[in-house]
Amino acid sequence: MVMKRIGVFICHCGRNIAGTVDVKKVAEEIGKREDVAIATTYVFMCSEPGQKLIEDSIKKYDLDGVVVANCSPTLHERTMRNAAARAGLNPYRVEIANIREQCSWPHENEPEKATDKAIRIINATIEKLKANASLEPIEVPVIRRALVIGGGVAGIQAALDLADSGIETILVEREPSIGGNMFRLSETFPTLDCPQCILTPKMNDVANHPNIKLYTYSEIEDVSGYMGNFKVKIKKKATYVDWDKCTGCGECMKVCPAYALSEYDFGMAKRKAIYIQNEQAVPLKAVIDENKCIKLQFDKKVREGKIKPKKHVRICEKCVDVCDAQAIHFKNNEEIIEEEVGAIIVATGFEVMPAEKFPELGGHYPDVVTALQFERLLAPSGPTNGIPRRPSDGKIPKRIAFIHCVGSRDPEHGVPYCSRICCMYLIKQATLYRHAVPDGEAYAFYIDIRSNGKGYEEFYERSKEEYGVVYIRGKVGKVYKVGDKYRVQAVDTLTGRVIEMDVDMVVLATAAVASKGIKELAKKLRIPYDEWGWLKEVHLKLRPLETPVAGIFIAGTAQFIKDITDTVSEASGAAAKAMAMLSKPKLEKEPLLAKVDPEICAGCGRCKEVCPYGAIDIDPRRHVAVVNEALCEGCGACSANCPTTAIQVVNFKKPQIINMVDVLAEVF
Amino acid sequence: MNEEKEKEFEPVIVGFFCNWCTSAAADMAGTARLHYPPSIRPIRVMCSSTVDPVYLIRALQEGADATILGGCHPGDCHYINGNYKARRRVAIVKTVLKSLGFDDERILLEWISGSEGPKFARVMNEYTELIKKKGPSDFKYIDSLGGD
Repeated sequence: MVMKRIGVFICHCGRNIAGTVDVKKVAEEIGKREDVAIATTYVFMCSEPGQKLIEDSIKKYDLDGVVVANCSPTLHERTMRNAAARAGLNPYRVEIANIREQCSWPHENEPEKATDKAIRIINATIEKLKANASLEPIEVPVIRRALVIGGGVAGIQAALDLADSGIETILVEREPSIGGNMFRLSETFPTLDCPQCILTPKMNDVANHPNIKLYTYSEIEDVSGYMGNFKVKIKKKATYVDWDKCTGCGECMKVCPAYALSEYDFGMAKRKAIYIQNEQAVPLKAVIDENKCIKLQFDKKVREGKIKPKKHVRICEKCVDVCDAQAIHFKNNEEIIEEEVGAIIVATGFEVMPAEKFPELGGHYPDVVTALQFERLLAPSGPTNGIPRRPSDGKIPKRIAFIHCVGSRDPEHGVPYCSRICCMYLIKQATLYRHAVPDGEAYAFYIDIRSNGKGYEEFYERSKEEYGVVYIRGKVGKVYKVGDKYRVQAVDTLTGRVIEMDVDMVVLATAAVASKGIKELAKKLRIPYDEWGWLKEVHLKLRPLETPVAGIFIAGTAQFIKDITDTVSEASGAAAKAMAMLSKPKLEKEPLLAKVDPEICAGCGRCKEVCPYGAIDIDPRRHVAVVNEALCEGCGACSANCPTTAIQVVNFKKPQIINMVDVLAEVF
Repeated sequence: MNEEKEKEFEPVIVGFFCNWCTSAAADMAGTARLHYPPSIRPIRVMCSSTVDPVYLIRALQEGADATILGGCHPGDCHYINGNYKARRRVAIVKTVLKSLGFDDERILLEWISGSEGPKFARVMNEYTELIKKKGPSDFKYIDSLGGD
């Protein structure tokens, strides 16, 4: 079992290692060990002749283990393992001793001590290697279906790409219609496309695609399983309307007497208690808001015993009378649906901080709105038909202040980061406002204008030259009401002058944050997020679409705020990642996982308590821990918690680490 | 060797560095040629949560003057929440050591992310200085902790 013919290959890395570490001396010292069959050096071990040297030596000396002393294992561990595999040695019998990044480079001024340290690191690595087991990659099956969470433009794009490649895709959206934030916008920068015009074809494709199952007004209830084999519970919220019968005619909305603020219009308009989210909703179906519906509220109070039931008296039910399709049944039709998928794409999007969070900027006044609210006032399909009107009195504002960076780049009042899209959408809004109200004046208060996309800077210039938007460099300190105007106080940092200006309306570019409920969802998916709720990618530069949980990908602004161009590209990217995974007949994963010795295990369950992946169960019959290899990621939290050393991560076993400690802690 | 040692005390510090953050930071420090004492002796583990308190005590018993456990920042753990488990374990070990009359500062827990090469070098230098001031650990002269 324990290796006796180990080969040690020490790399010079040109002068990177050999310039500091006396590699010859290291090879001599290591060569004295009885369990080492050969210790040799070469100028570049990662080069082809270097790898050939390892392959030939494995055959010549019949090596049962290999230590390569070179750079960080993140660089060439795979290279060396592949070389060993070609020579017939199990790749998991190769270990890397990092004597460059963690020895020769930081200790370049102390060659003697660096040489001693290199010997010590290699000796410790040999001690670990000696008890390494031969391993094979673990194969797991794949369900060729995908789940996309979030029906904004990212989710729509990802679902369409997946479905077009022949993968059955489930799209879940919590609102009654797909479309997300993009569908609510007035126009998009810098092309001034109407999002309703460019997004509806895609939304209809989603509704009609044979490979897409669409669940709107639904949320993720629970997720279990692992890459290639997720089990998802989806909660379809109660609509109180039979969607199979509803034709989307909208007659019910006309007669309903109960009102609520419209979520679709970000509170800029009202909707009825029974409502279809918008005229172009996909699916075009009505839902009843149970908290506003007079009949449902009455029924609830009867159930709670607060009111006595009235027999033979109809409570409201006006909508029922006009519904020719007889779709409205008032029955709580909430249901849980279970689906199995192989990959999950999270495309949950963003929202902006509410204006009320910024009272110093007048956020509590009705005519001080967030930029998303102003989008609705500018949208041709919005409550004011595209000509902005003040929410307080319905007058057309003749002078508007657009305030950039409200809460963004401001760790004390909001978030430290730049929300990226605000500069451009405020430029667009000022332009559209000047277009809609030709005698209106638009003033933008900014810190910096960040217009770094294709056609963006040109768009900015156009807003100044063609539309006469006035840009004032300076942060606004205060907004307060004077008569029916709002006084804006700011400092023009280019001239140093204090500015006081009375305006009719104020638009705040409040900071973008991850959409509500993302943290709860992330916990169900076991994926990490930062303090603002943005989902964490594996590597910001090189793996931005993947989460640390294999098989779960991120698309669009769930990762961080970005514009529609980037969102759509990323959605296609995430779909491609999912496709690549789902196109394999079997998935392989690293076998460096926890393993239980049932002879020692007492079944106490302490490992199960700490497992972040729910990968451990206690077999009720044998009363020992059992590891689900497909779920285990090999972190080893269980092994540190095990009182009997029964559960260990393969090739990171306790005796192996202890042996390393003994070599490294020794003083001489 | 012994004479030299008396001249200037160089504390042996065994480091347990998680694969995803602190080991990456150590690589980064090396790549940037940031210097720290060669008496820092690294062990790469997959996660800070896999470090059994026994490892830390064993290192002190076998001759190390101090040990350092490096993990990802809270909330950044590659394995969701392993660093919180490490934090709890280290807190307990330190409490136990202190109650037995040992210096609990000889165990250090630090969060060093993969992008914090300079922090890695700084922590290694500062900790070495601290242990130098304290002098050699007396922990290693104890034969065992109630074992054989």
